[in-house]
Order: sequence, then structure tokens, then C-alpha cells
Amino acid sequence: MSTEAAEEVTLKKAGLTGGTTGGTVIGTTAATASETTRPPGIAPGRASRRLGPRRRLGLGRPVPYGWALGPLLLLAVWAAGSATGLIDARNLSAPWTVVTTAGDLIENGRLQSNLATSAQRAALGLLFGVLGGLILALVSGLSRIAEGVIDGPVQIKRAIPSLALIPLLILWFGIGESMKVITIALGVFVPVYIHTHNGLRTIDTRYVELAETVRLSRTAFLRHVVLPGALPGFLLGMRFAVTGAWLALVVVEQVNATSGIGYMMELARTYGQTDVIIVGLVVYGLLGLLSDALVRLVERRTLSWRRTLAG
Amino acid sequence: MATHPGGLTAEAPPTTVRIRNLIRSFGDRDVLDGLDLDVRAGEFVALLGRSGSGKSTLLRALAGLDHDVTGSGELSSPDPVSVVFQDARLLPWKRVLDNVVLGLDGPDPLERGRAALAEVGLAGREKAWPVELSGGEQQRVSLARSLVREPGLLLADEPFGALDALTRIRMHVLLRRLCARHRPAVLLVTHDVDEAIVLADRVVVLARGRIGADIPVELPAPRAHGGAAYAALRERLLAELGVDPTAQEENAA
Repeated sequence: MSTEAAEEVTLKKAGLTGGTTGGTVIGTTAATASETTRPPGIAPGRASRRLGPRRRLGLGRPVPYGWALGPLLLLAVWAAGSATGLIDARNLSAPWTVVTTAGDLIENGRLQSNLATSAQRAALGLLFGVLGGLILALVSGLSRIAEGVIDGPVQIKRAIPSLALIPLLILWFGIGESMKVITIALGVFVPVYIHTHNGLRTIDTRYVELAETVRLSRTAFLRHVVLPGALPGFLLGMRFAVTGAWLALVVVEQVNATSGIGYMMELARTYGQTDVIIVGLVVYGLLGLLSDALVRLVERRTLSWRRTLAG
Repeated sequence: MATHPGGLTAEAPPTTVRIRNLIRSFGDRDVLDGLDLDVRAGEFVALLGRSGSGKSTLLRALAGLDHDVTGSGELSSPDPVSVVFQDARLLPWKRVLDNVVLGLDGPDPLERGRAALAEVGLAGREKAWPVELSGGEQQRVSLARSLVREPGLLLADEPFGALDALTRIRMHVLLRRLCARHRPAVLLVTHDVDEAIVLADRVVVLARGRIGADIPVELPAPRAHGGAAYAALRERLLAELGVDPTAQEENAA
């Protein structure tokens, strides 16, 4: 088992190095292309060359810690650039400067208090947005009339970026917390609605027939067929929603905020502290990654009945 | 095991399915055109017919699944009615046992569900996901789901059509054993003449929207293929379906 996993890793690495030496790769594909265009009779016995198992088209086993490959590569490039002086510290602080700055910010408590404020805003916006999207999707998914009423306005809202609504929201709700939470919620509810509604409507009608023949009540039908059937769609919507929540947070915190990670970054901009800005960016990035990983974990747990390409 | 009484005993069981002048139309076409059919309690009826002859339409009418179909007629069936579909139709997000007891009420549904699974030979697989089962196993779960409700009428729409030949034979044996024990009336839609003869007390052939032929199967059990009576019945049913068995042989040779 471990050897197979190791093979996968080497395959992945081979893929990466192949990308950097693009010229040769193109050369070989061109050669194979000319080979395949040859009439079949001229190249006899070609099949005998292939002795190993047939090439698999599925994804194969998951690579251990495969998700970390890209971020680590990015970090390596950044560190190398700073160490060699290719990256000017005035434009982008070195990773180690960012680490010490982060340490200072944690020591004097600024990072924690700002993070707490930001997390609270995101969580509240996410809560209201997800609840709203979920309820609207269920109502409009289960009734033709409700769909006629709800779906149109949601599609219109979808065409208007939430961030473009900020001027109006400031006029209506002021520059306080409620405006921020509402902006986040508005950004969050759309993907939850779209994907849950889609998941609901693509439930196989054969299962609806089955529910009729075993005489499920309306509530039992909802519980046993509709909700689990719409769950994959809902969770996909959730993945968009959590990243959307952090995205909206960045914007609302840089408009008239007096606390939060975005405010901390905005303040750092006026003093030219790129290290603090980077700390803020890293925190945002980590929060996005963590929340996405959390949703994916929930996905794996609750959707273990599926046997798909992803495994 | 008197699995096939043939419906000719002195005290015939009461009629449990009664269909009179049933009409079902799709557009201008009357798929069922004044169909009459009676099925007695505990009787196993196989419904044969060419594709498009309305077999499934009749079955769906009995199952109460024909919502947007126009039609009329008198139709009475026992309660409850269970359906076995061609696909096992298990909810993929529910484990095997939860699929069996889906919508099941009464006392101790889980215990009854376990017993039903044991009856179809799947004891110990209660916690499996449907995707982990073979096609035959899935169809056995579907049988357990149907029989745990102790139906007065079991409707089966080509239930073994998607299975391989060996699995199908084993399923025939299982179905006969289960029906002998639970004694539901059965209406089995099939286009397999041999399956109809092996399983049924009576074979009805659907033609032009009505029952074209109604033939009791009076062969001793177990009904193996072969034998003069078997061959004669098979030939007659094929003729009713508009197939000339001799011509078929010529084509095959």
C-alpha cells in the first residue's frame, strides 16, 4: 500500500518537473501524434510493447498531504525570492519578518482581538446567509408557486454583486455591525440557494415514486428523500459560501471599520507596513482554507455512501 | 410444499384484485382499452406482452403511480400493495436495513426488517451501503423491503430483467419460496416466457390493450425447463405473443 502511495507521489513530482521543461514535452506529444496518424498496417506489433497493467483513467489513491503541495511551493518561492533579494522588502516583507511581526501582534493582543471581531462578523453573516439560502431553496424547490415567487428575485440578486450593494446598504443600515453582517449574508445566501435548489430538483424521480409506493408521509419524504438527496448540493453551496463570507468580510472591513483584520490591514497601509498587511492576508487565507477543509470534512463524513471518482 | 395450487381447489380463495373496463391513454393512443382482470388472494399471475403492450401501464395503475395519465375504469386492490421495480431502487444514502424499513410502521420495524433481510439471505449485511452490494443482492434487499410490509398484492415490473442468467435462476427459487410463505397475490410483469412458466399459477397475455389470453399453468413443481407439457405451453404462449418458435429456430441456426 505504502509503495503505491509513494509511486503516486513520484508520479506527481514527475508531472511537476514535466511542466517546467515544457519544450521537450511538446516535442514528445508531437512525435506520438505523428505515430498515431500512421496507417495501422505499417506499425505492426506495437501492442506488444505495452506489458504492464493498463493505464488507469480514474484518479487513483489520494496522495498523503497532497493538498499541501501547492501552498508549500508558493512559500518556497517567496522565501527564496526574499533571501536572494529578488523581492524588495518594501514591496513584500520576507516570510520570517512576517512571522516575527505576527508574534508581536499576538503578544500585544491586537491580532486576537481583531480576529475575534472578524470571525464574529463572518460567523453571523454565514449563519443568516446559510439559513436564508437553505430555507428559500427548500420552499422554492418543493412548490411550483413558491419557485415562481422566489427564484426570479434570487437570480436578479445573483446578477448584482453584493459588494455593489454596499453604498445602498450603508444608507439603509449605517456603517455599524448590522450593515457588515447583512452584506456578508447577502453574498452567502446565493450560492447556498442555487446549489441546494439544484440538488433538490435533480433528485431522481424514481426515488419519488418509491416514496409513494411505500407511502411516506410528507414529512418522512422530506426527511428520508429530499434532505439527504439535496445534501450534496447544499454542501457544495456551503463551500462557496464560506469562502464568499471571508471575501465579503475583507471588503466591509476596509470600508469605515474600526476593528477587524481588514481594519488592521487598512491601518498598516497608511503606515506602509507590508509585514502587517501580509499577516492579515495570511490570516484571511488560513481562515478560508480552514473553513473550506471543515466543510470538506463534513462532506466526507456525511456523503460516505457515495462512491465517486474522488474516492 | 404446495407452492402452486393452480387456483382450481374446491374452495377457491376470494378475488383480491378486480379490474373492470380499465382505460389508460397517452395522447390519442389507448394503451389499455377496456381491460378486465381478476386476481385471487395468494395467486401468482405472470403478465406477458410485447413491448409497448401496456404491461407497465397496468402495473403502474395498480400501484397508484399514474398521476398524469388520462383514463377511466374500475379498479380495486388489497392493502397494502408493494412494488418491486426493475432497478432495485434503494436510496443510496441509506444503509441496507434503513432501506428495508423505509416508511414501515407498526411495532418493532427494525426487528422485522432484520428478519426480512435474513429471509432473503442477507443477514449480516444490515449496515452495508447499497453501492457495496451486487445487482442480485440489491434486488434481494428490494424484495425484503416489499415483503416486510406483508402486502396483499405484490407488483413486480421485470424485477430480474437486469440480472445475469445464473442470478436470475437463484432469484426465481427465492421468490417462489418467499411467495409460498407470505402468500401475497403477485402480478409479475415479464417478457421472459420461461420465467412466466416457471413462476406463475396463471399466465395472462396482454394484446391490443386487453387480456388476449388467460392460461393456467398446470405443471408440477419444481418446473424445470424441458418436458412435453412445458414445451407445449411455451409454444402456445409464444404464439399468443405473435412469435413463431420454429421460425425463430431457423433464424438462430
